[in-house]
Amino acid sequence: MSDHHSHEETRGIMSPYAARIRAIEALLLEKGVLTEPEVQDSISYMEARSPANGAKLVARAWVNPDFKALLLSDGKAAASELGMAPEHPAEFIVVENTPELHNLIVCTLCSCYPRAILGRPPDWYKSFEYRSRAVREPRAVMREFGFEPPEDVEVVVHDSTADVRYMVLPMRPPGTEDMKEEKLAGLVTRDSLVGVNVPRL
Amino acid sequence: MTFEPGERVRVLPSEKPGHVRTPAYLKGKAGWIESLIGAFPNPEEVAYGLSGLPERPLYKVGFKQTDLWDDYRGPAEDYLYADIYEHWLEPERGTT
Repeated sequence: MSDHHSHEETRGIMSPYAARIRAIEALLLEKGVLTEPEVQDSISYMEARSPANGAKLVARAWVNPDFKALLLSDGKAAASELGMAPEHPAEFIVVENTPELHNLIVCTLCSCYPRAILGRPPDWYKSFEYRSRAVREPRAVMREFGFEPPEDVEVVVHDSTADVRYMVLPMRPPGTEDMKEEKLAGLVTRDSLVGVNVPRL
Repeated sequence: MTFEPGERVRVLPSEKPGHVRTPAYLKGKAGWIESLIGAFPNPEEVAYGLSGLPERPLYKVGFKQTDLWDDYRGPAEDYLYADIYEHWLEPERGTT
């Protein structure tokens, strides 16, 4: 067992899945299919991404109408403008919440998520419960997350079944008119980027 | 076969096995073409190491929630979008 894995789990207990992945990884390295630096690069890539990226995009869109237009028409270009590198081949589409319409993102088939921007999805997003209920009873799911859209607001569910990854552009909360961009970004939670909740002051 | 935005379509009720990107709950359901997203290598082939070429058109398709679930609990205006490949769609000629 080597000691140079920076992603080594705590010694002792390893789940069967982790053990299986570790065995596959060892074989790929041994057979020269992958190199250790490639594995490390992949890990660094994923860990460099987080919901903070999404929060930055949203906050900029809230203060800058031109950037908002770009974010909604070409998500990858907007992300690149803020120094994020969404080089993942999948499309990146941002959908806007309005006073008339609230968006919710799910992937019923697996766990498609804009990882190139936001990093790894939360565990609940990958759960069978969320994936099956978000399409069937989205309002009940949101209520459990602490958000209840009024009956006259249309709820639109996006099932990311194929080559598009979705992110929600939530509405700027009332009472934040004097807030600067950086502080606004602090209001944007990961949950609000998926649409199960909204940013609050 | 290409589709235009606004056109009524139905998802094929195919039981094709493998890495299909059409979820079971939409099979046989009718909706509308919202937009053409683009063309992508067919994931049903890419998943098995093939090129997936030629690229297949991918559409954003809208469905009324009340058309998907008989017991949908929410306003009739709620809807759902899914991204569906063209070879999973046929023109909808029914009246519903």
